[in-house]
Amino acid sequence: MSAFLEVKNLTVSFPTEDGLVQASNDISFSVDRGETLAVVGESGSGKSVTSLAIMGLHNRQTTNINGSAVLNLESGPIDVISAPEDQVRRLRGKAMSMIFQDPMSALHPYYSIGDQLSEAWRLYNKGDKKAGFKRATEMLELVGIPDASTRVKEFPHQFSGGMRQRVMIAMALINNPSLLIADEPTTALDVTVQSQILQLLKDMQKEFNMAVILITHDLGVVAEVADRVNVMYAGKIVEQAIADSIYYTPDHPYTIGLLNSIPRVDQLEGKRLIAIPGQPPSLINLPQGCSFRKRCTFADQVADNLCATVAPSLDVKESAHFSRCHLTEKQLVAARGGK
Amino acid sequence: MLKYLVRRISATLVVLTLISMSVFLIFDVLPMDPARLTCGKACSPAVVEANRHRLGLDVPVQVQYGRWVKGLFVGRTYGEGQAEFTCAAPAFGYSFNRHECVTDLLKSAFPVTLSLAIGAFLLWLFVGVSLGIVAARFKNRWPDRASNVFVLVGTSLPTFISGILILLFVALKFGFVNPIDLGKWISPFENPLGWINTFIFPWITLALAYAATYTRFTRSNVIETSSEDYIRTARAKGLSEKVILRKHTLRAALAPIVTLAGLDFAGLLGGAIITEGIFNLPGLGRLSIRAVLNDYDLPIIVATTMLAATFLVVMNLLVDILYAYIDPRVRVA
Repeated sequence: MSAFLEVKNLTVSFPTEDGLVQASNDISFSVDRGETLAVVGESGSGKSVTSLAIMGLHNRQTTNINGSAVLNLESGPIDVISAPEDQVRRLRGKAMSMIFQDPMSALHPYYSIGDQLSEAWRLYNKGDKKAGFKRATEMLELVGIPDASTRVKEFPHQFSGGMRQRVMIAMALINNPSLLIADEPTTALDVTVQSQILQLLKDMQKEFNMAVILITHDLGVVAEVADRVNVMYAGKIVEQAIADSIYYTPDHPYTIGLLNSIPRVDQLEGKRLIAIPGQPPSLINLPQGCSFRKRCTFADQVADNLCATVAPSLDVKESAHFSRCHLTEKQLVAARGGK
Repeated sequence: MLKYLVRRISATLVVLTLISMSVFLIFDVLPMDPARLTCGKACSPAVVEANRHRLGLDVPVQVQYGRWVKGLFVGRTYGEGQAEFTCAAPAFGYSFNRHECVTDLLKSAFPVTLSLAIGAFLLWLFVGVSLGIVAARFKNRWPDRASNVFVLVGTSLPTFISGILILLFVALKFGFVNPIDLGKWISPFENPLGWINTFIFPWITLALAYAATYTRFTRSNVIETSSEDYIRTARAKGLSEKVILRKHTLRAALAPIVTLAGLDFAGLLGGAIITEGIFNLPGLGRLSIRAVLNDYDLPIIVATTMLAATFLVVMNLLVDILYAYIDPRVRVA
């Protein structure tokens, strides 16, 4: 039995005047219905680029995409990377949906909420505008917008940020998709609204039995909703494991660094937060060897200067826990303990 | 909405009043004496004074202004006794050089300018916007480059050159227009083909300059809108590129063009001096320029200036109202 989405060796790069930008490199993962996969990483680590590739939203003329991303639909598997553009388009909004970071700008300012929702619904369902508005109202109620039958006629600028993100979620889910990609859905929102939106996403996942890919740079968000986690760095997945395992036994110095840089409620007061030194490398000229090497405080522990010459592969460290690091399990355990 | 309209319309009336006052004041302080100009070579101070009285220029400027405003509403009688002459309301004044009511002059000139403006407007709007859309869709490919050449030519050729070139090397050379007919007013309701034949070359001349601007404006607006987040949302919904362009991109990209087009059109209604001059069209532009250059015909200048200002102010109001229908964000304010 294969998972709903299987991504294999997905590589996305953009040719530019300065050279080839390796935005995401050799990405493999899978996510099944009912499961939430969190993709964590800083800006420019390739999170969004990967998900846009799955949605087929890159311009194929200006982007090099290799590898495969197979959706196992009831009608049979479709590789969205190699399938004709028109076929992929017909999957968007139906088999797979996406919501975006900034709900303030993601809705068309000139059309009413009902117009925009019913447009999405009528694309795949037979029904007039009235039926579309009825369906839109139902969806708005489902995502917790009060007084939905009035608000459906209103325009985006009459909604708050949190409400607009609810509208975006309603729009993404209006055709019961099997896969929802949420690209930093809470980044632009207030903290109190963030947790409401996360809760809503969790509820909707149950309601529709969806596979969810949650892209975020917020480890707090990950802890709240994720089943499994991909940690990305410089276009590659550097660590891949179930969420608990990432938190309690991180197996990559980058993940360890990330966890050390955020406050935790179970930690003693007065402990200093440790920032990761340096900057991520340019995606045009990726360094030889491990791309995290220059910022890694443990690189000197690896023999033969291996980190500078050989790029580590994504190896299993514990059961179902993968990491792209030359350090041995023993060295990693020591690294987790801090300095 | 009604409240908004009342507020806007009263503001418009205030603006028009202020404009008419300024125009009057400007001509009052100018060091020229219309009374002297009407008097001819053998002129005695007594005749000048008599003329000044006849023209109504012997009273203070505010009284002149009051008479002028009154004339707009009830008409006006000039001179006395045998030389008495009445202009019906709305009387914009009496041209002492042409011995005609200004309103009648305007009435015969306006259809010409209106014909010129409407045809040129439709032509440049169609050509400019469609070229702009094509250029944006094929950005950096040959249709874009070709349209760029058009934009360069259009923006760098002044109408007094392109107009003359078109007149000499197309219209007259190939016999599309008989030089004798040049500038003869033909009503579109009596002779539609003749009307088109009269105006097609002035249209092309004017449209060439404007279409270039509109091409560039449309192109950059469409490109800019295409990278908006809500266009990505539309794509993520699964809409086809055709629908995205037609329904989502163009709706947002073309909205600012309404403002531009409204004001440009209104500007033209005040008269296209150069194009009317080249093609000898007896429109408002030629009426004003002749009033200024030849006779210092104050009543005509005041009237055409007022008319041009009125078109602009009224069109501004119309554009704002129209915009409220286009952009819901403006509606509530």
